[in-house]
Formats: sequence, C-alpha cells, structure tokens
Amino acid sequence: MRKNLTTRTVVIAVILLVCIFGVIGFPKSKAELIGNLQSNIRLGLDLKGGSHMVMEVQVQDAAKGDAQQTLELLQREATKQNITWASADVSEPQSINDVDKVTLTIRGVPADKGSAFRDLVTTNCSTYALTALNTTDYSLKLKPSDLEDLKRETVQRAIDTISNRINDLGVAESSVQQYGQSGSVYQILIQLPGVEDTAHARQIIGTTAVLSIVGVDKTHDTFFTSRDDALAKLGGIIPLGETLVKMKARPGQQGEEWYLVGKTPVITGKDIRSARPGQDDVRKWQTSFTLSQDGGRRFGRYTGDHVNDKLAVILDNSIVSVATINERIEDSGRIMGLSTEEEAVDLGRYLRSGSLPARVTPLFENSVGPSLGADSIHQGILSGVAGLLAVVTVMLLYYKRSGVNAVLALILNTVILLAAISYFHAALTLPGIAGVILTIGMAVDSNVLIFERIREELRTGKGVISAVDTGFNKAWWTIVDTHVTTVVSCAFLFLFGEGPVRGFAVTLTIGLIANVFTAVFVSRTIFGYELSGRRQLETLSI
Amino acid sequence: MELFKNTNYDFLGKKWPFIIASLVLTVAGFTSIALKGGLKYGIDFKEGTLMQVKFAYPPPDDKIRAAMLKAVQSEVSVQDLHGSGAENEVEIGTEAKGEGEGQLSANRKQMEDVLLATFGQPGSGKLDLNSASRDTLQTRLRDPLARAGVPMSDQQLKDLVGNILDVRDNRHSGMITDFNQLSSVSGMNAGIMNSLRQECYLAPYHVIGTQMVGPKVGAELRLKAVKATLYALAGMLAYIAFRFEWIYGLGAVIACFHDTLITIGLFSLFNKEISMTVIAALLTLVGYSMNDTIVIFDRIRENLKFSRREPLEVVMNRAVNQTLSRTIMTSGLTFLTVIALFIWGGPVLHGFSFALVCGIIVGTYSSVFVASPIVLFWHNYTDKPRKSSPPVTGSSAPRGSMPPAESVRKSPTRAVK
Repeated sequence: MRKNLTTRTVVIAVILLVCIFGVIGFPKSKAELIGNLQSNIRLGLDLKGGSHMVMEVQVQDAAKGDAQQTLELLQREATKQNITWASADVSEPQSINDVDKVTLTIRGVPADKGSAFRDLVTTNCSTYALTALNTTDYSLKLKPSDLEDLKRETVQRAIDTISNRINDLGVAESSVQQYGQSGSVYQILIQLPGVEDTAHARQIIGTTAVLSIVGVDKTHDTFFTSRDDALAKLGGIIPLGETLVKMKARPGQQGEEWYLVGKTPVITGKDIRSARPGQDDVRKWQTSFTLSQDGGRRFGRYTGDHVNDKLAVILDNSIVSVATINERIEDSGRIMGLSTEEEAVDLGRYLRSGSLPARVTPLFENSVGPSLGADSIHQGILSGVAGLLAVVTVMLLYYKRSGVNAVLALILNTVILLAAISYFHAALTLPGIAGVILTIGMAVDSNVLIFERIREELRTGKGVISAVDTGFNKAWWTIVDTHVTTVVSCAFLFLFGEGPVRGFAVTLTIGLIANVFTAVFVSRTIFGYELSGRRQLETLSI
Repeated sequence: MELFKNTNYDFLGKKWPFIIASLVLTVAGFTSIALKGGLKYGIDFKEGTLMQVKFAYPPPDDKIRAAMLKAVQSEVSVQDLHGSGAENEVEIGTEAKGEGEGQLSANRKQMEDVLLATFGQPGSGKLDLNSASRDTLQTRLRDPLARAGVPMSDQQLKDLVGNILDVRDNRHSGMITDFNQLSSVSGMNAGIMNSLRQECYLAPYHVIGTQMVGPKVGAELRLKAVKATLYALAGMLAYIAFRFEWIYGLGAVIACFHDTLITIGLFSLFNKEISMTVIAALLTLVGYSMNDTIVIFDRIRENLKFSRREPLEVVMNRAVNQTLSRTIMTSGLTFLTVIALFIWGGPVLHGFSFALVCGIIVGTYSSVFVASPIVLFWHNYTDKPRKSSPPVTGSSAPRGSMPPAESVRKSPTRAVK
C-alpha cells in the first residue's frame, strides 16, 4: 500500500484536475468563471425556462386528403373514358381512431361500365382496395400497408415541417422528435429551451398553414359585411365553383368582411419556393415570394388574363390579403397589406416551411418562464450549501480527523459529479440539483460504514493499520449492495420518467458511481498518508 | 465523540409497539385517502390546465376565482404556493374532465385573457413589460426610440432589451413594480426611460409557467408511475433474493412497500399533491430504505457465520445493535440534507422534499422493526435450523398470520431473550 501511495495520489490529482477543467475551464477572471460554468453545464428546461410540448398529429386528415385527391384523379380519368357516376363522397373521420375507416364511396356506376370502372381504379389507384357494395356501388379504402406508410410519412413530414419552422424561429437546442409510446405513434415531442414567447411558438407550430391564392369574383369584387348580406346580394345562390370566405380580423376593424372567391386555387403553398418579409414604400408590411417554374407559368397565364381583377390570399380558410392585379406577373409576387411585422415574418415562415400535412393538436405542455428558473437555481444552491455545511460539521465533530478524510472525499465526489454532468452534456434539472444534494447525504454513508467498522475493529484491540484494512474490506460489499439497489431504482426512474425526473435519476446514479471511487480509493489513500509515517500510530483520530 | 458504543437494546423483543404503530399509521393513511376521495394529484397526473402566477401584492384568491369561473366552463381552483421564495404566488387550475384536448387549449387562452382583463390594462394600447418577450419589446421600442432622438443600431437595441429583461428576470423574479427599478440597466438613459414609460405599463402580475395535460397523457403518466414503482420493487426483490435468502428479499420488499404506503398516506393526511417528482422521491426512498435493510441483513449474515448456536432473535438483535451507530448517523446526515431542501428548496421541490423527510424517518425504523421481524417470524414459523434453510416450498410468507414471538419452537436448550 505504501509503495503505490504516490501512484494513487497522481491518479487522484489527475482526475481532480480533469474534472475541475470540465466544470470551469481555466478562467482568468470571475466573469469568465461564471461564463464557463454556464456554457459547460447545460440547464434543463425547468431551470432555463422554455417549453416542452407533446402534440398529436391528426393523421386522419391526411387519410381523408389522400382519398379526396384520389377521387379527383378518378374523376379526371373517368371523364376521359366516358364513365360517370351518380355520386361520390369521402367519409368524415371524427377522431384519430377513425383513421383506418376513411372510405371513398362511389355510387351509381352504370352496370355496363362496371368492368371498365374496375380497370380504371386498378390502374390509377394501386394503393386502394376496391370493394363492390352491389352492382352499381363501390367503396375504396387504402390497403393496410399503404395506410401504415401514409401514417408514418404524415408524422415524419409534420416533424420536418415543424422543425423547419422552429429552426427559423431561432430557438437554440430545440428539438422535434417522435414520441413513441405504446399505441401512440402519432405523437411528437417538441422541446424549446429558452423560448420566451410561448404563445407565439405555439401558434407557429400549430398553424396548419394551408395557403392558396384564388381569384375574387369579377362582378362582386368588394366585400360583404356578413354571410347573410352576401347571400342576399347574390340572390341566395352561390355561383358554381365559388365560395364565400371571411377576411381575417384586423385589430381595430369594425365588423366582418366576406369575399366571393373561386374554389380552385391559382397558386398553392406547394408552388412557392421561398418567401421573405419586408416593407413597401409606405412602410407597410408585406411578404414577397418566388414561385417554382411550373407555378410561375400558371401564375403568369392567370395574371395575364386577369389584369385589373382582384386576387385573394387565403391562409387556413381566412383571407389575409386582397390585391388588384396590375400587370402580368411571372415568377414572384408580394402579399401586401399585412398589419404587423410579426404577421409578415410568420407568413414568410409558413411559406418557407410549407404547410403541415395534418392538424396537430396539443396533448401536453409545460412552459416555464426564465424567472422561475433563476429562482429555482438560487434556491437549489442555497439548500445545497446548507446541506453540505451541516454534513461537514457533523462529520468533523463525530469522526474528528478522519472526518476531514470523509469531507475531502465528499468534495471530490461532488466535483466529479458536476464534471460528469458537464462532459456528458446531461441537462441539469431542478430535481437533478436535488439529486446532487441527496448524493451528498448518501455518499457520506459509505464513509460512515467504513469508519464505524474501523471503530469496531479498534475496539476489539486490533492495531491501527490492521483495523483500517479490515474496516475497508468488510465494508466493501455492503457499499456495493447499497449502491446497486439505489441505482436499480434510478434505472427504473429513468425508463419511466420524463425530463426533470430523468435528470434526477442521472445525477444520483453518477453521484453514487463516483462515490464508490471516492469513498474507497480516495479515502484509503488519505488514510495511507496518515499511516505511512515512520513510527507506528498507536491511535487513530476517528 | 461516539454515541451508541456497545449498545444492547432488545429491538426485536420490543417490536410489537412499533408494528402496531405502523399498522395504525397505514390505516390512518388509507382512511384519509378514502375520506378525501382519492389522492390529490399534481398536474402531471390529472388533466387540466395549470398556471403559476406571481403578483406584486398578496394575491386576491377569491377575486381571481370569481373572474375565472365567469369565463371558463370547468372547475377552477386557486391556491397559494408554499415554500421559500414563493411570496405572493398562486397556482390557478382549471379542470376539464373528459372534454378533450381542445377544451384545454381554449381554457388556457381564456385564463390568460381573464388575468389580462382583471389585472392588466388591455385597452390602453401599451405593452405589458412584465410579460413581454425579447422580440415584442424590441419591435415595440424601435420606432419610438428613433422618434425620441435616441438612435440605436439593431444590435444595440437587442443588447438593451436583453439587459432590461435580464434585470427583470434575475433580480426581480420576473416582475418589475416600478420603472425606476430599471435605472440600473446598463445603457439606460433618460430618453430611453421616457420611451419605456410611454410605450409600456407594468401589470401587477407575471405568469411564471403554464402546464397543460390532456387526458391521454395524464393517464399514461399515472400508469408509468405505478409501473416504475412496481418494477423497482421487483428488481430489488430479485437482487436481494440473489444476495441473501429469498425470505430476506421478501422482508426487505415488504418493508419498503410499507414505507411507500405510509408516505403516501401522510401525503393525503397533510393534503399534499403527488406529482412525478414525488414519485421520484418515493423511488429514491425505496432505494434508500433498502440500503438500511441491507446493512442490517449483511451484519446478520456475517454474525450467523460465527454464532451457529444462538437463536436467530439474539443474532438479529446483536446485528442491529452493532449497526445502530451507522444507521443513526447515515439517516441523520441524509436527513440533514433533506431538511435543508425542505426549508430552502423552493415551491417546486416542496412535495419532493416532504416525501423524503417523511420517508427517511419511516424507512429507518422499518428496516429494524419490519424487515427483520418478518424474517424472524418466517424462520420461527417454519421451525427449521435458521441458518441454512432455503425454505422455498411454494408457500407464501406468513404475512397475515403473525405467530406470537414468544413461541420460538426451537430446541428448549436455547435461551430466548
């Protein structure tokens, strides 16, 4: 033991230095110290402030959308082959559980066109399974494996779109990922550490942002004050291919504004390649966009034919802007008349990221402002220091100079714990701080075990060195047993817990593992020094 | 200093008062739970919307509740937060049982609107500085500052706003009550201060955090908590059965389970909420109580190697006495740290530290007065030579039937204390 004392000391010193470096680096000033500390120790959401949301992707929207697109495709192809039918509709899913039940029903196909119809479906809708309800009616449903693909793709696209929007928001270290629990593969977990305006973030994430630019009816191109007013002026009938849409309410606006617009969009979100907010000559906010080649051609044709007519920009079923076409526009445009900078910037975000493939509804949210985090950290540090002081005092009083041994081991333990948190980039949460404080109490247990054993051995008359050796040996397995059981507990906590609780499990586990090292190896080394004098020690201060 | 030197208390002889005390506490806990209609769940486990709000003055709970009830179609609860550093803080909760997630978002929006209407100045056109974010404040101040003749580059504005919010959040817990509190912000001058006063007002409240739990997630979390506890107990049973005899494992697990039940009962008695962090505390307790029990069992096992002739009760007593010093010290030290957490740890950790405070006390005495007696009862009951028997015959431990400890059916030559 005496021979490897130096080696052991070197090992301990190296570990100590590496850990200190991991926590505070090599600071040259107090400000740098705090700065290093802040950048090395990552704070969890509950300490830093921010938002943690779980959302559900309403995949049934995508299933319904797919069925509707299939219907339109069928209608186009059927017309070419002169096949008609009496009616067709897509079932309306009520909730996410209905996603498997979305059905496209076509009724009234003439019996003689039956086989031609079936061929048409097989050629064009290979992902659908066709069932004949009777000689003239058919129903189509997505094949199970294709439905699974659709669900998976929808969730993935939702994740990608939301990711884009959040990155655009500039929230550092944000993350969007699938939140897989049993039976709930449609859930997404979104973490936004440090985000301050949670309401805005929620809006950005939750807006489906289906964009379309449509033509306003030529003859009735000013707004109506209400839906009834519109119907009255139109003689009770809405023209074919057109619909009434309300303008988004502006602050300070009196009453509603309804417009009569075309149903088929000239341009949809998919045609837009990029978008940017800006201000026009009179300092009003607008969002400029550029179109894809295909979209640009279509837009050019339409604007060329409709100079002096109006266009309406619709976002999620509300009109955000109405403008007159001054000239033919080929590949870009501006959405003008937006009320605030935020609206222009957000619209740019939606256009760049694209629309969500399905609605997302919030299932769970935990938002914490930065002030709570600051308070919590103060409280955590205060109780930590109080606890540490109490423990140190008691150890010194009760075990005298050996108490110093324990205190040194304890301090090293805490330093290693903090360094591990820093090196593993584990997030420190408030329960995590509690875990550090609890580690202090539990770590000292190991030393107590050893010291009590040493005392016992001394009482039976053993010599000092022998007593110390026996103490350590006998206590070793007990230390292992007790640590393993707490770590097992923490393992389950980690498995079943979420963010803050996981932080607790991680810190306590690391603390206990480090404790095996400090309580045994380090304490033993310190005793080694104490006992390595030339004369035999008669008594031990314990 | 050394307390507990060579003690010789007859712990296992005096176990009955403690076992009875345990039973009484457990029953009291259950009764309390039954009477109060179940456990009080924190937001993690029940569905609803929760908002923590800090006020500039002692919050008018009744006024808040009345205003919320008018706007929201659900039960409303308003309660003050405890713990150090939680002055003038309330927690406003609305519960929308079974109405689905849509209702929860609507509730949250309504709660925010009600707070604004009741305590803010919605019609004034000014920005509430106490709830402004970096971006909104920047946007708001840009033009007025230019007009007031205080030209600023975008970066300077960003820094200024950052400093203002820093002072607000770190030095005043997120709420400014007087504009003069901002005079120490670096870069502040009279022109900026004027613009601030013109463009902003100071609402007397500040929303610290919001939580919204939909029914699906609430139910999932409850299930997870139960699973975690049961699996942890099972895991420990396996480990201890592996390291000692299985009956020791069972005794330890029953003792831990007893600790958990009593702690939960205490939560109900004292009307505390159970949240996920409380479950974390309970699981830690399980681990910790297991520690105590293992230390004693280890000693018993060691002593059994050298004392084959003595009755189990005597050996156990000696083991407990030998480890008494260590048990008291460790519990005492851990208790010190946990009390520090309870007093200074703040409102968020309040439930967590309460669980640990109760749990450590209960856990310590359960290792002596519950775990060991169970092993003792079993060995007495099965009347086998207590040191080597692997008594697994498929019969379960005599949990319900407690044979009187006096009838140690062993060889009459052995003295029983």
